[in-house]
Amino acid sequence: MTSTDFWLPEPVRVLRRQQELETTWTLELEPGKAGGRPCIPGQFNMLYMFGVGEVPISISGDTSLAESLVHTIRAVGPVSRQLAALQPMATVGLRGPFGVGWPMAAAEGSDLLLVAGGLGLAPLRPAIYHVLNNRERYGRVLLLYGTRSPEDILFHDQLEEWSKLPDFEVHITVDHAGSDWQGKVGVVPALVPTLAFDPEDTVAMVCGPEVMMRFTASALRGAGVEDDAIFLSMERNMKCALGHCGHCQFGATFICKDGPVLSFDRVRGLLSLKEF
Amino acid sequence: MKSIAQIVCEHPFFEGLDTEFCDLMCGCARNVRFNAGEYLFHQGDDADYLYLVRHGQVALELAVPGKAPVRFQTLHDGDVVGISWILPPYHWACDARAIGLTRAIAMDAHCLRNKCDQDPALGYAVLNRLLPILAGRLHATQMQILDVYGAPEGPAG
Ligand SMILES: Cc1cc2nc3c(=O)[nH]c(=O)nc-3n(C[C@H](O)[C@H](O)[C@H](O)COP(=O)(O)OP(=O)(O)OC[C@H]3O[C@@H](n4cnc5c(N)ncnc54)[C@H](O)[C@@H]3O)c2cc1C
Ligand code: FES
Repeated sequence: MTSTDFWLPEPVRVLRRQQELETTWTLELEPGKAGGRPCIPGQFNMLYMFGVGEVPISISGDTSLAESLVHTIRAVGPVSRQLAALQPMATVGLRGPFGVGWPMAAAEGSDLLLVAGGLGLAPLRPAIYHVLNNRERYGRVLLLYGTRSPEDILFHDQLEEWSKLPDFEVHITVDHAGSDWQGKVGVVPALVPTLAFDPEDTVAMVCGPEVMMRFTASALRGAGVEDDAIFLSMERNMKCALGHCGHCQFGATFICKDGPVLSFDRVRGLLSLKEF
Repeated sequence: MKSIAQIVCEHPFFEGLDTEFCDLMCGCARNVRFNAGEYLFHQGDDADYLYLVRHGQVALELAVPGKAPVRFQTLHDGDVVGISWILPPYHWACDARAIGLTRAIAMDAHCLRNKCDQDPALGYAVLNRLLPILAGRLHATQMQILDVYGAPEGPAG
């Protein structure tokens, strides 16, 4: 493989398509050459709708499985709408995998506090698969999930399955609900102070809208988790995904190659910067 | 069995409060329980109590004309339900309904206000505990209004 491979989208076929939510679909793609490259939880691929455009989409499947590449896509604009509408056997362009993923190796031996907001559960799901595949290497897992309403809960059945596992706690909260919802209502950062966990022995991984991550990081710090033990997955617009175009520049950091997962001590001062 | 003074003084809301103050507040307190579906209070009614949740889950809801009520927050063990008792005109701003069996301490608002008025140091200590709760709920509401997980406008798919 030469470095130019990363510039060139490889046509791959859609193997399966599954609707998750009203506007969100999971696509399983042929692994192509990218499948031959080991990918790690937290990385993303550039998916190209030929003639329309290319967008970064995180890997949302089990990275230990080589038979397909799984992505969960919310249809928001020209590219993602067409991607999400792709039927099995349709062709899509693929470049990747790119980026630095979740610190799975560094987190070994620690408890994990995973905090996801909305579609942010998709990039965290590979980290969960990794933990479940290597259960003895990690301590307790606490997964906090916040989303808009009960109807917007992503991977609902899986959340239920995980909540039944030993040493795996799942706490779900929604922003608002009807009176038939028996679960928690409120924002996800507010769950942090209610948890019993050892902040000194915990690595936190957070993924969701930036506002949610900012409040969550602040709640985690309040609970005693160190800044270098808090990891956020930053979503900023990308073009090249190779650290060349500068489109994703975030201070001195390029989200595409230094991230998207960055420790809070690296991004703390930059989180209030708007994207242009 | 724990005395009411013990329960009140051990509740997170009163954690760290002077024993003397805490004992004084206990005069305003009594144990209450609500079954699932029972209301603690209704929007617009007089805010006559502060509730300290011991065990259970309470939903705060807003009535929306022509629609089903919207549940915007749930409160749990160790939480405080009801802030309006400290703010004139002392009317509840929303409905509060027990989702499951909920045991709480109800503190009489008239009694609390009198004691806080008579002793500014106690009043300050109580406000010091209420304000962070109020600010936290304001921040949460701001985040909810931002609708950060919201699907973008227009049809998708
Ligand atoms: C590292 C990284 C990983 C990502 N992983 C995923 C993923 O796993 N799944 C996924 O669906 N998306 C993911 N995204 C976001 C995805 O790349 C964008 O949604 C996509 O670029 C939108 O392109 P578009 O042409 O469809 O819409 P655009 O024309 O770019 O945007 C259409 C409208 O949607 C808004 N919008 C754009 N992105 C988002 C968003 N993420 N959430 C809400 N509104 C948005 C825009 O502001 C605009 O109003 C990721 C982004 C990055 C940087
Ligand atoms: S997307 Fe081009 S530098 Fe990151």
